[in-house]
Amino acid sequence: MAKYSLKINGKTQLIDVDPSTPILWVLRDHLNMPGTKFGCGMAMCGACTVHLDGTAVRSCSLPVSAVGKQAITTIEGLSANGTHPVQKAWLEHDVAQCGYCQAGQIMSAAALLKDNPNPSDEDIDNYMSGNICRCGTYLRIKEAIKAAAKK
Amino acid sequence: MENTNTQNRRSFLKSSVLAGGGLMLSFSWLANAQATDKMAALNLPEQWNELNGYIKITPDNVIKIICPNPEFGQNVMTSLPMMVAEELDVDWKNVVVEMGPHDNVKLGPQFTGGSNSVRMYWKPLRNAGASAKQMLIEAAAQTWSVPASEITTKAGVLSHSSGKSAKYGEMASKAATIPVPKDVKLKTPKDFSIVSHSKKNTEGLKVVTGKPLFGIDYKVDGMLIAMIQHPPAFGMKLKSFDASQALKMPGIKDIFSFKLYDDGFEQGGFDTRTFNEMIAIVGKSTWEVMNARKKIKIQWEAAGDTKETMMGRGGKREVTVPGRLETTSDQLALMADYAKRPAQQLRKDGDPETAFKNAALVIERTYNAPFLAHNTMEPMNFFAHVSEDKALVAGPLQAPGWMEPTLAKILNLPADKIEIQMTRMGGGFGRRAYGQYVYEAARISQRLKAPIKLIYTREDDMTYGIYRPMYTATYRAALDANKNLIAFHVKGGGIPENPIHANRFPAGAVDNYLAEAWEILSNITIGAFRAPRSNFNAAAEQSFLDEVAEAMGKDPIAFRLDLLKRAKENPVGKNNEYDADRYAGVLELLRDKSGWDKPENKDKKRGVAAYFCHASYAGHVVDIVMRDGQPYVEKVTSAIDCGIVVNPDAAKNMVQGAVVDGIGNAFYGALTHKNGAAEQSNFHNYRIIRHNEAPKDIDVHFVQNNIDPTGLGEPPFPPVFGAIANALYKSMGKRFYNQPFSSEMSKS
Repeated sequence: MAKYSLKINGKTQLIDVDPSTPILWVLRDHLNMPGTKFGCGMAMCGACTVHLDGTAVRSCSLPVSAVGKQAITTIEGLSANGTHPVQKAWLEHDVAQCGYCQAGQIMSAAALLKDNPNPSDEDIDNYMSGNICRCGTYLRIKEAIKAAAKK
Repeated sequence: MENTNTQNRRSFLKSSVLAGGGLMLSFSWLANAQATDKMAALNLPEQWNELNGYIKITPDNVIKIICPNPEFGQNVMTSLPMMVAEELDVDWKNVVVEMGPHDNVKLGPQFTGGSNSVRMYWKPLRNAGASAKQMLIEAAAQTWSVPASEITTKAGVLSHSSGKSAKYGEMASKAATIPVPKDVKLKTPKDFSIVSHSKKNTEGLKVVTGKPLFGIDYKVDGMLIAMIQHPPAFGMKLKSFDASQALKMPGIKDIFSFKLYDDGFEQGGFDTRTFNEMIAIVGKSTWEVMNARKKIKIQWEAAGDTKETMMGRGGKREVTVPGRLETTSDQLALMADYAKRPAQQLRKDGDPETAFKNAALVIERTYNAPFLAHNTMEPMNFFAHVSEDKALVAGPLQAPGWMEPTLAKILNLPADKIEIQMTRMGGGFGRRAYGQYVYEAARISQRLKAPIKLIYTREDDMTYGIYRPMYTATYRAALDANKNLIAFHVKGGGIPENPIHANRFPAGAVDNYLAEAWEILSNITIGAFRAPRSNFNAAAEQSFLDEVAEAMGKDPIAFRLDLLKRAKENPVGKNNEYDADRYAGVLELLRDKSGWDKPENKDKKRGVAAYFCHASYAGHVVDIVMRDGQPYVEKVTSAIDCGIVVNPDAAKNMVQGAVVDGIGNAFYGALTHKNGAAEQSNFHNYRIIRHNEAPKDIDVHFVQNNIDPTGLGEPPFPPVFGAIANALYKSMGKRFYNQPFSSEMSKS
């Protein structure tokens, strides 16, 4: 076990866990932040996507010991009440079906737009292909990303 | 004060005065609903265990609607409350929605599956809304001393020509004392202002802000995390294990083996049993449990043939499940062997033997499809807290009513001491109708006398599945010298279930028809997978019909329409399940909207398929282009007849999703076995369709009619496979008979 001081959604969180513990489980089990989802545990589905200093990363494969001083943003911290342009676009386009993957999709989309404010369809396909949606909402996700890009 | 009337055989309405005033109309056999963002704004309680089975109208005109059926992405949390709100005449903005508890008496079976939710609740829910409205009108009539017939309602307000008006909330307490009307008049579709008008997902805000909605998010103080270790292959069982090292790992509470069912347990239809003995690993946190699990030294051994007692429609029967360790190539060979043997006749019209003997041309083709894993994005998980005299279980499941009796048996508790809470499900696709994981959680909690949450890893979920069965079917068509279709024969089977729907199209449209089936027992557990059986049949039959049309020199849509005309005007045989007019209507709409009759672009090839299942009709035209030497489904045009569409935009979303799901499974979906073990274990080797593989456009059209709603979650899925196969033939000049198509392409 080891003690860590993590900066998550603008707040400092102190935890004492095994250094190999993935951020996903730190969030879900230790910090009571279940918005970040477990899907595969091997960075293949994107359900666990969070931002590390603004970059989208798969938290299931990111050990707590590797985070250091980098700031983590989770879906709970993207906005206080769903007002981030990507979240708003998701609501406008009524994207979700089951909704399980959508936190990860939104975090990926927000990171994409931060780096590339006006992505082409191909840019979206390439960037978002790490996020699986079993309900098949890909077309709406793309529409929502394009709508958010215009905001 | 409580009034009850019987609305129909299975539903009743009950009203009573809320403690704080207001009308509470509880209903049985009604739909489910959930907490929305509005609830938070209104500061209403939204705790997991605070749920009840009621419609409530508060004095400040907030309408709370609770549905019984759990949500897994099919939009019931929105579409079912819309049906209540429509007849109640309330402002949709004032409706809050909440998921109900499991309550067989008040809420009926609460089964989510079979594309049934809207269909099943269409009348009962509207009756509930209309009854409440009638009681509010009566209350206003008495208060104002005017005839009820002179009172009108709109957006939660009662009005009289004298100028008197009141919000529902103001009349709610009095309305609760009015007898529930015996008959209420329901609106006609032309008067709908909520139903058939798109409404946003009532849980949308919670989804996009990451609120704890799902079973895997369920948490109580002192809860432990549990995982199971199952045998590595179907046909294996636990021999012995040594957990001494694992038990020393940090955070670990206990490691033990347990049996799913006791010896001699009589399994119900949804009590699957993949492995009867497993190892449970329980600890304080998920990561600690995952790590300790790796340190257990386990010996497995062949299980051999096992006897199971099954309770089914035909009563109790003993089944010997073979112990063989299956390998996919052997499974295929065994199926090919069975396909040659005599099979069970399911339907016969005319004299197919003679017709085939006299045919000028016989076309015979065989189609195969593999096991499929459901791969819900949320892996199986369940919370359980079992104590001496009661149990609480909570999580994602499609069929609480079927699991309760089994839980009562395995926990040795009366059913009324078992509380089942249903969370939002991160996908279901049929998988969560089978309760093994619920029983496992309950067993583990019972042993520890502590609250636990069982979580499957993705590997557990995929290798310990309740798969779509492995199917095969051989189709034969006989043409006479004038290229008329004179006989049709389908013989199909599977491991361990056959796919055949003997009374579906083209049964009824061909004079000489034969359907036969066979099955091979297996230890691989299978279950419903989005449109069971249909998801294979539509692929095989619709591909075959395309080939028959080609041999006859007919356009594939015109050919199907000719057969449907025959089935309508002069049907062959009895019990034809489909309505030929509705089927033809979908094909005609599809032909129109896809531009089928216009010349094909040379780089873009089209294929068509249409299918009937779950009382609805769905068809697609897919446009395939070659991209980097690979076929890509660029556009899909879909036509659906599911009767009245309750929530059009959400319905469109579901059809688009079914199309994407169909493309993914047709091209990539496969779960294969080697010596009993699943060869795929996670998304690195089980390929799921991704963003860049989804079509650019899925253009969805619904047949406009006033038929009561029929199914929608499943019907658009099966025909995708056939439409793709037919478009692939045109793009690549080769027919694809074996799923997944990408594997067949890489072989050729």
